[in-house]
Amino acid sequence: MLIPCPYCGPRDLSEFTYQGDATRVRPDPGSTDQAAWNAYVYDRVNTAGDHSEFWQHSGGCRAHLRIVRSTLTHEVKSVAYARDSIHERSRA
Amino acid sequence: MVEIVSALEPVYRRGAHGNRDGGSAITLWETQPGSIVQVTSWPGKEGAALAAINAAASLDVTADAGAGVFSDTRSAFGFAPGRWLMVDQAEGMGDTLRDRIDTQTGTVTDLSHGRTAIAIEGERAEWVLSKLFALDFSLAAFPVSVGKSTAHHEFFTLIQRTATDRFDLYVYRSFARSFWQLLCTSAEEVGYTVD
Ligand SMILES: [Zn+2]
Repeated sequence: MLIPCPYCGPRDLSEFTYQGDATRVRPDPGSTDQAAWNAYVYDRVNTAGDHSEFWQHSGGCRAHLRIVRSTLTHEVKSVAYARDSIHERSRA
Repeated sequence: MVEIVSALEPVYRRGAHGNRDGGSAITLWETQPGSIVQVTSWPGKEGAALAAINAAASLDVTADAGAGVFSDTRSAFGFAPGRWLMVDQAEGMGDTLRDRIDTQTGTVTDLSHGRTAIAIEGERAEWVLSKLFALDFSLAAFPVSVGKSTAHHEFFTLIQRTATDRFDLYVYRSFARSFWQLLCTSAEEVGYTVD
């Protein structure tokens, strides 16, 4: 599997580290809602299809990336710097 | 200045080694720059940091990903968003860059004693490096002067191509001896000379 890093270009999977589901939204740090924290930590949809996820190009430019990958074919549908998508989310 | 002692010294064996059919297909040597400096800019300050590098070193690096330049004594290249490596055979480039890049622009990290610089040159340089890194070393994918960051297991490595048949590698000093031995072993098949 190749991941097209926005800085480095297409690179081998061995240079990347998976950092989990990118659709999770962390509850407010002050929240004591146990169900919300439980859902944040444990609940995963286990998507069969397009999945939004964080990766780090740890063996390369070390950028954190947000990738949409098909879990059925491993096709990478989109790649962006994670910081850009996080800025988008905080502006929304 | 403090004398830089080679991390490779105990295993650095000058001369011809490996397969001698047809002589050495590559030459390996430690380039021992006096300065190896990393510059990191804050987001939005990339242009200012790059301008400071170019002015300090009389180089002309562009902002493109992985873009680099080199001369007989100096080289610089981008290896990550907002990050560049600057190498000078003379000592003191860390101080020069620190004078030109303030804390509002970015950070300057002097790695002169923290990295080992290794050159690999010869007709089979691409072949030997391809054994170690999951990179396309062909000239089309990796043009002269371009820099790339990559890794072979724990050996995080910055590579700049400095000729069609030459690459300059920068590895952590603490891993350098182990990496050098791996590089030599990988080159035995084609025959190599340590200069
Ligand atoms: Zn990258």
